[in-house]
Amino acid sequence: MKIGNGGESLKIFVLAKHAIDTESEIRLKDEKSIDEKGLIYDINDWDRYAIEEAIRLKEMHGGEVTVIGVGNNEDTLRKCLAMGADRAIKIPLETGMDPYKTALAIKDVISEENFDLIIAGLMSQDCNNALVGALLASMLNLPFATAVTSVKVEDGKLRVTRELEGGYQEEVILQLPCLITVQSGINEPRYVSIMGIKRAKSKEIKEVDVKVDKEMIELERMYLPPVKKAELITGSADEIAEKLIEIFKEKGVI
Amino acid sequence: MEFSMSDEQRMIADTAREIAEDFPPEYWREKEEKQEFAEEFWRAISDAGFVGIIIPEEYGGAGMGMIELLIAMEELAANGCGMAGVWYLVLTEVFGALSIVKHGTEKQKEKYLPKIAKGKLEFCMALTEPDAGTNTLNIKTTAKKDGDEWVINGNKIFISGADRAGGMLIVARTTPKEKAPRRTYGISLFLVELPNPAIRINPIPKHGINYSKTCEVSFNDLRLPEDSLIPPQDEGWYLILDILNPERMSFTTAAIGISKLAINKAIEYSKHRRVFVDPIGSYQALQFPLAESYAMLEAAKLMNFKAAWLFDNNVNYREVGSFANMAKVVAVEAGIKAVYWAMQIFGGYGYTKEYDVERWWREINLIRLAPVTQQMALAYIGEHILGMPKSYRV
Ligand SMILES: Cc1cc2nc3c(=O)[nH]c(=O)nc-3n(C[C@H](O)[C@H](O)[C@H](O)COP(=O)(O)OP(=O)(O)OC[C@H]3O[C@@H](n4cnc5c(N)ncnc54)[C@H](O)[C@@H]3O)c2cc1C
Repeated sequence: MKIGNGGESLKIFVLAKHAIDTESEIRLKDEKSIDEKGLIYDINDWDRYAIEEAIRLKEMHGGEVTVIGVGNNEDTLRKCLAMGADRAIKIPLETGMDPYKTALAIKDVISEENFDLIIAGLMSQDCNNALVGALLASMLNLPFATAVTSVKVEDGKLRVTRELEGGYQEEVILQLPCLITVQSGINEPRYVSIMGIKRAKSKEIKEVDVKVDKEMIELERMYLPPVKKAELITGSADEIAEKLIEIFKEKGVI
Repeated sequence: MEFSMSDEQRMIADTAREIAEDFPPEYWREKEEKQEFAEEFWRAISDAGFVGIIIPEEYGGAGMGMIELLIAMEELAANGCGMAGVWYLVLTEVFGALSIVKHGTEKQKEKYLPKIAKGKLEFCMALTEPDAGTNTLNIKTTAKKDGDEWVINGNKIFISGADRAGGMLIVARTTPKEKAPRRTYGISLFLVELPNPAIRINPIPKHGINYSKTCEVSFNDLRLPEDSLIPPQDEGWYLILDILNPERMSFTTAAIGISKLAINKAIEYSKHRRVFVDPIGSYQALQFPLAESYAMLEAAKLMNFKAAWLFDNNVNYREVGSFANMAKVVAVEAGIKAVYWAMQIFGGYGYTKEYDVERWWREINLIRLAPVTQQMALAYIGEHILGMPKSYRV
């Protein structure tokens, strides 16, 4: 592993997940799995910000951006290449909902590489665990910061702002190499350009097989949350108001 | 036969969809009402390289074809932009870039294409005249040689984008029709930079598409250098067909995109609107016209891609024109029906500005008139495809 090189030229790895779009209609196939029919996948929204941030850092400081993804994710990797990543690594491993397994797989591959910085999205839009980045950092023994909203490279270090609760922010300085997970809104991700799409065609997607035996999550049962029924209140205005007050009282709203 | 999209084409569609989602119907409602050019949208599609799709790489474009351009246009239109997803690209990329890519001299290519590819130079085309609408060959605008300059005089009408474009493609007669050995002889194409004091431009208030102005244009002793001609002189008619066919395909795509947008909005609405017991979307009276027009739109789309494929593979203009015209006829009939019924589904709300469908109705109405009227497209099919007698005298 190479230590940060003075901020002149950065080797950046970005983690990108091909995730279920939140607008997909989710149906269950059985108690343990989701019906793939009707699901739309796209790059995880937070990872769009991650790849954009990496490309901006590269444009500013020079270097190389490698995007790495676990699972069946070629569309997302291609998209990152079209946005401006230099190369991609695909780990064709099904890790389901287990972030530990995902992080282990990435660790196996990334520890063979030279890097100054790893950027991940804060969380993925499907499971919302916000774990892969932090787990990977600890597996690699790297300093890390989560929910990052701004990044500056300073002389072998990274000065970042983190988002805290209640509108507060925290500034942290990390020694390179390090890992950050970025909050959405850290930048405005560019559109994939037509020229980018063309260039992506000749960029490499390297497939690396990894075996991970350990599973940290055992899936017991999946179910859709019960639908809260809407109630149509009818009657005269007075009757409706009466009924509303009753409901509000019952629910403790008033 | 190959019906699937390549990875690249799929990604173009994805990008177009993403851009369109950032410029939703409300954005266009405002632009149209304020009669404003959509600067932000133009910047977005320029930065994403859409204006350079058909421009070769050596001039800063992507070196792709009409198929890719139509894919981009449809996704823009169908995912929120309506006609605007096609309009701006037609004016600058089809009228401007394509005419130069196909027939421009090396010098013209170097001068115009890199700027167009970046979205830094908008274009327009001055073809239609008050006394020569559908009868294009009847144009009266003349270009006469005076020393080593061309002098252009005449009046044009309905020239979209002329109010702000930096470049114009002018179609003029270099040989009067009376002296020409055949009607198609004597037409020439010129490129000019705007604004120019010898060109007067006057916007015409119009029914829709008011995020762009369509203008009267007059040339009063407009003097142009010799090399502003796109050669060969007098044979411009055959050159312009390479623009008019892609223009036709683009508007077919606009009809398809606008219709899909209107249909989708209507479906969404119809699932929730209850008037009697069930949602109105469950009524066959509303479903069938949408289903019928949708099926026709999909058929037109295939035929339009066939025209684009023929064009991209340099098949002759007649064959391209046949499919471009047939696709246009079908797409417009289906599109008008689709938007009509989409508007019907919204009931009274469809008549308000807030639901946008009235704007798409005004937009789709153009496509039965321009770039070619439905009647002239049918006359073409009758005469050139079915081999029937020409149905009008010239
Ligand atoms: C908003 C808008 C934007 C435009 N933008 C441009 C532009 O940028 N550049 C440009 O050059 N032009 C532009 N046009 C012009 C457009 O292409 C013409 O309006 C169109 O070609 C029709 O010509 P016309 O209006 O003169 O109709 P006319 O030729 O007068 O036709 C009138 C009617 O008669 C019918 N008709 C005519 N001849 C026959 C026949 N033989 N058989 C059966 N029916 C017939 C036509 O179908 C039509 O219904 C634009 C027009 C509009 C409305």
